Amino acid sequence: MSSELRYTANTQLEHLHARYTGTGHADIAKYDWVTHQHRDTLASIVSHPALASYLAIADGEAIGRVKFEMTERMLQPCGPPPRKDDD
Amino acid sequence: MSRSDSPRLLDSFTAPKEVLDEFAEMAEEENVDPFAETAKTRQIAARQSDYHHRRFNRVAVDSADAFGAKEGEDVEGGYKDAMRLARLEQEEQRVQQAIEDKKRQEREEGKMKMDLDKTPPAAELEDVAKELAAAKELALAQQHEAAGSKRKRRWDVETNDENKDPNQRDSGEWSKEAIEASAPKKRRSRWDATPAEVSAETPKKSRWDQTPVAQDAPMTQIIMNTPGINHDDKHNRYLSDEELDALLPTSGYAIVTPPPGFAPAINPRKFMAPAVTEVGGFHIQESSDAAAVAAAAGLAPELPTEIPGVGNLAFFKPEDAQYFAKILKEEDETELTVDEMKERKIMRLLLKIKNGTPPVRKTALRQITDKAREFGAGPLFDKILPLLMERTLEDQERHLLVKVIDRVLYKLDDLVRPYVHKILVVIEPLLIDEDYYARVEGREIISNLSKAAGLAHMISTMRPDIDHADEYVRNTTARAFSVVASALGIPSLLPFLKAVCRSKKSWQARHTGIRIVQQIAIMMGSAVLPHLRNLIDCISHGLTDEQQKVRTMTALGLAALAEAAAPYGIESFDNVLKPLWLGIRLHRGKGLAAFLKAIGFIIPLMDPEYASYYTKEVTVILIREFQTSDEEMKKIVLKVVKQCAATEGVTPQYIKQDILPDFFKAFWVRRMALDRRNYRQVVETTVELAQKAGVSEIVGRVVNELKDESEPYRKMVMETITKVVATLGASDIDERLEVRLVDGIIYSFQEQTTEDQVMLDGFGTVVNALGIRVKPYLTQIVSTILWRLNNKSAKVRQQAADLTSRLAIVIKQCGEDQLLSKLGLVLFEQLGEEYPDTLGSIIAAVGAIANVVGMTQMNPPVKDLLPRMTPILRNRHEKVQEASINLIGRIADRGAEFVPAREWMRICFELLDLLKAHKKGIRRAAVNSFGYIAKSLGPQDVLSVLLTNLRVQERQSRVCSTVAIAIVAETCGPFTCIPAILNEYRTAELNVRTGCLKALSFVFEYVGPQSAYYCDSVVTMLEDALTDRDLVHRQTASTIVKHLALGVAGLGCEDSMLHLMNLVWPNCFETSPHVIGAVMDAVEAMRVTLGPGILLSYTLQGLFHPARKVREVYWRVYNALYLGASDALVPFYPDLGELSEGQNVYDRHALQAFI
Repeated sequence: MSSELRYTANTQLEHLHARYTGTGHADIAKYDWVTHQHRDTLASIVSHPALASYLAIADGEAIGRVKFEMTERMLQPCGPPPRKDDD
Repeated sequence: MSRSDSPRLLDSFTAPKEVLDEFAEMAEEENVDPFAETAKTRQIAARQSDYHHRRFNRVAVDSADAFGAKEGEDVEGGYKDAMRLARLEQEEQRVQQAIEDKKRQEREEGKMKMDLDKTPPAAELEDVAKELAAAKELALAQQHEAAGSKRKRRWDVETNDENKDPNQRDSGEWSKEAIEASAPKKRRSRWDATPAEVSAETPKKSRWDQTPVAQDAPMTQIIMNTPGINHDDKHNRYLSDEELDALLPTSGYAIVTPPPGFAPAINPRKFMAPAVTEVGGFHIQESSDAAAVAAAAGLAPELPTEIPGVGNLAFFKPEDAQYFAKILKEEDETELTVDEMKERKIMRLLLKIKNGTPPVRKTALRQITDKAREFGAGPLFDKILPLLMERTLEDQERHLLVKVIDRVLYKLDDLVRPYVHKILVVIEPLLIDEDYYARVEGREIISNLSKAAGLAHMISTMRPDIDHADEYVRNTTARAFSVVASALGIPSLLPFLKAVCRSKKSWQARHTGIRIVQQIAIMMGSAVLPHLRNLIDCISHGLTDEQQKVRTMTALGLAALAEAAAPYGIESFDNVLKPLWLGIRLHRGKGLAAFLKAIGFIIPLMDPEYASYYTKEVTVILIREFQTSDEEMKKIVLKVVKQCAATEGVTPQYIKQDILPDFFKAFWVRRMALDRRNYRQVVETTVELAQKAGVSEIVGRVVNELKDESEPYRKMVMETITKVVATLGASDIDERLEVRLVDGIIYSFQEQTTEDQVMLDGFGTVVNALGIRVKPYLTQIVSTILWRLNNKSAKVRQQAADLTSRLAIVIKQCGEDQLLSKLGLVLFEQLGEEYPDTLGSIIAAVGAIANVVGMTQMNPPVKDLLPRMTPILRNRHEKVQEASINLIGRIADRGAEFVPAREWMRICFELLDLLKAHKKGIRRAAVNSFGYIAKSLGPQDVLSVLLTNLRVQERQSRVCSTVAIAIVAETCGPFTCIPAILNEYRTAELNVRTGCLKALSFVFEYVGPQSAYYCDSVVTMLEDALTDRDLVHRQTASTIVKHLALGVAGLGCEDSMLHLMNLVWPNCFETSPHVIGAVMDAVEAMRVTLGPGILLSYTLQGLFHPARKVREVYWRVYNALYLGASDALVPFYPDLGELSEGQNVYDRHALQAFI
């Protein structure tokens, strides 16, 4: 019984998790994890009007521009991915 | 003791003779295999029809890999040869048919002449036979010319000529001998043919069922090294000369020389005779071979379950010995060639898969899959496919072998090409198997095969079978083609289909092509829509084909397409409407039936006005065919009427005037009620007509038949009325009809001889639909019931009780309370009923009455009823249990105060037994009853009963008690139960402690937010449970924490929850699945209560831990957290600015701005 459960319930859970962006795994690189954090942060600012207007006041920009810039920055929030050195 | 002079009665005592006989019989019976009979039914071939058995006649050919061959090189055994062979076979069959016809004609003529003793003139027959021989000769010449020595090869027949039995003739089908032998044989009687010819003739039939002949080493040397048992099985073998010498006296006998011209019969199935070196006498075999030899020879009843190199098997059948002979014996592996080793390896794996226990099978299957390419397609399929054609194959074996093919196919990919036809021959029969799963498996294989081999190869392999002479082959090929179409896409197959459906050469090809389209529609359903027009264009010309069968098939194909496309795609059918509607005027019989079927499926797709027009067109024919005596036609006509009636465009007026009169005249006759399928069709169609024509129209027409003298007919009427009234209600029924209806129903209910559901349902439905209008008839109905309640047949009493439960509501609506109380009293008196089914119905009826009249008005009074129920609770019959627990639960819920507390306690103890019931409904009702009883009595006594019950052995009973405790807690308030549970938890018994935890878990699940008042009181207990050594304790405690945390979310219990979180968290490394599941749930619940920020700080510790095991667990928690609250995590992510390096800046600047 136990093996059957071990092979279904938990692996299935991990499978399910892996289907969503932003989730991680044991071998994730620092860059990927932080990139996700940044994107979440930016998305959060865009989707909460209060945060967006706060930032707009702080930056002295229009709210629309702040939202636009946040959205643009989501592409590579932490700069280009570090080169992979396959040793 | 007896006196000495008295005569002695017996000198010894012995058992009576019959007892001894019995033992003797038993001893004999020991050898009887009790599974022998069921083994027969497990065999697939044993339960299949003759049509299915035609698969054994099929001949498989090599399908050459045209893609694998070099440029310009003519490939061996390719499409050209296959087509030639197919044509040859057709020709052969045609000629045979001609001969048959001639013979029959002769016979008839002979009879007419009454000249019975005269031999039919043979001259003409000989002519035909010569023609046949000439055709074969010609074909043979052509073949030799075209392909040198190529000829059809059967893969299970010995191929390398140098190893052949010298006695065996060249058995090629078209070899000289075969032709010489078979051609003159035709005109001879069977009786004067010498056995010699038989040997030459036998290979003409397919030899799928034949033992595969050993390829390189003669089988006899392996399994039969004893002189004497070298031919066939033990019963039919011939005695050898040596044995005869040993048996017969040396003097007085002479060996007679065989007559001149005698040729000894040679059975081609026979194995080669071994070189006999040792003669006579008893011969002890080496132990390792003994079992194998015995098994192969069928001598020993014990079959080996342990094979060298294979290990233990689950079973071993005598037939297996033939296929696996080579590995049944230990042999010196150093003497074998690489190929032989490979072959044996494959055989071992196959035997393990086919006959092994599940773990053995699993590993073998994995091995054979992994090594598939290494083994190669040839050796693999040469072993697998003959096994699949074995006549004694069973479902399980077939399933496993098919699985092997599936796995191997996947690995071999395009290497399978040469074996495509062989695989198809074996797999195609699965497509028409009666077992759904076999069909699915077959489809799966063929679809994988076509993906591996490619469309072009599939077409060139299957094309010759399309106009095969045998209808069975064409049928299965069409189905296989439809699978190919669904695997590779309809568009890729369309050009081929178009060509086949227009084939000028043979009508069989057109027929099969159209059938492929039909099968595609049936299999793919609405997925045909994008290609609908193309598919219809493919087959539309078939409606005017010269061959009747092609026309019929085309109509069936159109029907399937229309059914698949419904409700879309009418525009694609434009071209075929005219020929279809013209066709119904031209055809009769089967053809007409098919055309009508197509029309029936096309009409529902049409726009209302067209549907109306076309329906009118077809109705004339339908009405004409109402009179038909053909059963098939009747069914189709009924179906078409149903489909037409359901379309929007057909008006009620039209149905009433034009269809109903003839319909009722033709189909509402007693005869229709006798056949089950007709019966159902008529009822369905009438109900469909009623949707348009209205209740009173239909019911008015049939209501008089309720008094018909034929019972099945009355039943059919009743079922129709039930369905019509159930869907459309009874408001349409006027007073006049109402009288006739109720009268008829009462009559037919009383007159029934076999009590069944139909009459009961009908009565209930109609009375409920009429509602208050039934009041005038109630006295009559109730007196019928009362009379029948006292009937001597248990069935009748049961039915009367069932009817009471259905009518109770209506009787109440009509305000006939005194009738109800009368019924209640009579039923109460009947509670002593001895038949459990009847008793169950009676209790249910009492319950129904109690439901409608209420506990206070109930007659008999509840205080009398309940004590009567207590002993009945001990009844073990499920129906009785369920009915009584429902009644008791209802009384406990509504009228507990009428019954003394002592009685309730007695019932509580009885209810504990019901917790063991198999049926979940009973257990649930019992558990709920505890709640009701506790509510009226106060929880203390009930609770102590339940807590004591936690000590019992049975798990189910304990689990149900915990649920009951929780329900009591829910109904009486948690404060009444939780102290008692906590107290009980201190018991040193493991079961009790677990039970308490479980009960608490249910309590917190049920009470929800109320848990906030109790969470501080249970913390100490949870501390104890969460730090227990026992896994189950921690698991159940985690479940409690989960329910608690979810219950108290947002209610200010964060401090104690954080404490519990600290106790739960270390368990996150548990590996037992139930425990880790519960712990993860608890952690998730904590996210809700404590907020994701706190949980994130727990997980951050281990996300980048050096140990992978730790990281995996932490990431799982993190992911669950992230998916649950990704947005809320944003403020809690750590500031990673100092990790920035080079181009990568990890500061979240947006969060650093402030005003």
